Amino acid sequence: MAIDKKTLKELYTRTLKVRLFEEKVWNLFGENIVPGTLHLYLGEEGVAAGVTTALKDTDWIQSSHRGHGHVVGKGADMNLALAELLGKKTGSCKGKGGSMHITQFNVGVLGATGVVASGLPIAVGAALSCQIRKTDDVVVCFFGDGASNNGTFGESLNMSAIWKLPLVWIVENNFYAMGTPIKMTCPSATIAQRAEGYCIPSGVVDGNNALEVYEATQVAVKRAREGGGPTLIECQTYRMKGHSRFDPAKYRPQEEADRWLSPERDAVQIIKKIAIEQGAITEKEAEKIRAALQKEVDKAAEFAKNSEYPSPEEALEDVYAEVP
Amino acid sequence: MTEMTYRDALKAGIREEMLRDERVFLLGEDIALNWGGAFKVTKGLAEEFGEVRVRDTPISENTIVGAAIGAAITGLIPIAEIMFGDLIALAMDQVCNQAAKMRYMFGGQTSVPLVLRTPFGGGKNIASHHSQSLEAWFMHTPGLKVAVPAFASDVKGLIKTAIRDPNPVLFAEHKLVYDKKEEVPDEEYLIPFGQAKIRREGADVTLWGTFFMLHKALEVADELAKEGISVEVIDPRTLVPLDTKTLIESVKKTGRLVLVTEETKTGATTAEIAAIVQEEAFDWLDAPIKRVNAPDTPVPFSPPLENYFIPDNKRIAQAIRDIM
Repeated sequence: MAIDKKTLKELYTRTLKVRLFEEKVWNLFGENIVPGTLHLYLGEEGVAAGVTTALKDTDWIQSSHRGHGHVVGKGADMNLALAELLGKKTGSCKGKGGSMHITQFNVGVLGATGVVASGLPIAVGAALSCQIRKTDDVVVCFFGDGASNNGTFGESLNMSAIWKLPLVWIVENNFYAMGTPIKMTCPSATIAQRAEGYCIPSGVVDGNNALEVYEATQVAVKRAREGGGPTLIECQTYRMKGHSRFDPAKYRPQEEADRWLSPERDAVQIIKKIAIEQGAITEKEAEKIRAALQKEVDKAAEFAKNSEYPSPEEALEDVYAEVP
Repeated sequence: MTEMTYRDALKAGIREEMLRDERVFLLGEDIALNWGGAFKVTKGLAEEFGEVRVRDTPISENTIVGAAIGAAITGLIPIAEIMFGDLIALAMDQVCNQAAKMRYMFGGQTSVPLVLRTPFGGGKNIASHHSQSLEAWFMHTPGLKVAVPAFASDVKGLIKTAIRDPNPVLFAEHKLVYDKKEEVPDEEYLIPFGQAKIRREGADVTLWGTFFMLHKALEVADELAKEGISVEVIDPRTLVPLDTKTLIESVKKTGRLVLVTEETKTGATTAEIAAIVQEEAFDWLDAPIKRVNAPDTPVPFSPPLENYFIPDNKRIAQAIRDIM
C-alpha cells in the first residue's frame, strides 16, 4: 500500500506523543504525586498511534484499563488528562476517575474501564447506535489478550457479526494478563483465530510498528464504514514496564524481555526509521517534533501540578444527571 | 379512562414514547416478532415499528445491557429487557459497574439514558432462577434509579417518565400483576419519580409495601376494616428516588408501621425503610416496626413450599394485629 508522507509524519508524531506522555506520567509517579495505581501504555504506543491515525474525529474509541495511550492518541487535551491522573479538579473527570477511567468524551472516547473486558459490550452498543442513526462513524474497541478470555468477548463478537456493525476489534496482545502468560490461558497460536468462529475477518500485525497497525486498521475501518461489518486485528506488543505501578515484571523470561525491549523493536524507533527512510521527515525534523511535543507535555504537567484538588464535598456531585 | 391490564398499559406507554421520539428502541431476548416478550409486553411492537427498533438479541445478558449503554451514550434511548429479574445477575457488571457509575467516574461528561425492564417475583412455581425479588441490589447501587410499579394506572405514567429520564432506570415489574386491570387515563400522563401514592387512607397503622404484596395488602385492609382496624396503604412507586415524606407523614399520623415485600428478609428494602423511619419518626412510633418478608432461602418450586415462602394475607394481617 502506498503511504503518503503526511500520514507517515503523523504516525511518528502520534507514537512519540504517547511515549512522551507516558514517560511524563512515569516521572510524576516517581515524584509520588500520582495517587493510586497506574497501568502504563509504555511500549505499546504503536498500536494506539496506528489505530487512531486511521480514524476521523467523529469516530469513537472504547478504551480499556490501560488507556492513556488510546486517549492521547485520539486527541485528548493533555492538560486535562494529566490533571485527571493527579486527581485534580481540572481533570477531564474532575478527579473522579483517575488512570483507569481517563476519558475525554468530546474527542470520541466512550470511556476507559477498570473492569477487564467490560468495554466490549459498550462498543457493540455505540456501533449499533452509529448504524441505527445512519451516521458513517465507526467504533474501535481496544482490549487486551486477557480480556479475550472473558465471556463478553464471545457475546460481543457474536453480536457485532450478526448485526454487521461498524466496529473494529483491536486486541492488544502483550502476552501477559497481569503475570499470567498467554500460553497458559489460550489454546490457539493467536487470538485472531478466535474471530473465525464468528465469521469475523481477522489478522495479526506487529503492534510495535505503527505503520503496519495503521494499514490494517484502514482496511478494517473502510469495511466497517461501507457496511461490511466488524474486523478483528491482533496487535502483538509488549509492556516496557510491569502490569501496574509496583510490578517489576520479573515473571517474564529475560531473553524474551531483552528481545522485545531492544531498540530495534521499539515503537518510536521503528516508525522513525520508516518515516526517515521514506523521506517523510529528516532526522532534524524528527528532533524538532520531539522538542515541540516535549514542551507540550512539560506544560501539561505544570498545568496538572498547579491545579487545585477538588473540594471534598464535590464527591457528592455527578451521581445523577438532572431531569430536565 | 379505559380499563386495561398492567401489561397493556405498560405497552401503551412504551408505544407512545416510541411514536414521540424516534431515538427510543427496544432490545432483548425474544421481544420481537416470534414471541413478543416472555410476558407479551412488547407483542405487536415489532410489527408496528420494525425490527431495527424492536430487536431480538442472542442470549447474552451482559452484552444486551452493555449495548444499551453504548447506544445511550451516543444518542439513542434504549429500553433493554432482561427476561427474568434473576438473569440480571449475568449482567451485573454492566448494570452496576458501568451504567450506574459512568456519569460519576467520568465527572459528568456523559449520562446514560437507558431503561432496563425486568420482572421480579414468585407465585408461578418456576423455582429459584425465575422468581426472586432483587430490588434491594439496585436500591443499594448509587447512580441507578429504581421504579417498582404495582398497578396498571401507574405503570404507564412511570414507564414514560423512565424513558425520558437522563439516567439509567431499573424498571422492575412483577409477574403476577401483568394481568391486573385498572382504569387507565386515555390522555397522556407522566408520573414523576419519587412520589409515593396512598392507595388507601387509614388512621391506625401504615402499611408500606411493593408489587403484588400491595394487592394483598389492600385485601387485608378490607378485611381488617371489619375488625375496626383502619390501615393506610402506601405504594412508593419508585425506590430511587424514594418518597420518604409521604411515608413519614403517614407514620406520624398512625404511629404504627408494617413493611411488606416479597424479598428475602435480610438486607431487603424493608430494612432500609425501617431504618429511615426510626431515624426520622422515632418519637411518633407507638409500637415496633414490623417486617413481613420471605424467609432467607432461595425461592422453592413445589406449590406448598412456595406458598409458604411468599407472604400471604394471613401473615400480613397477623403482623398488623401484633402491633395494635
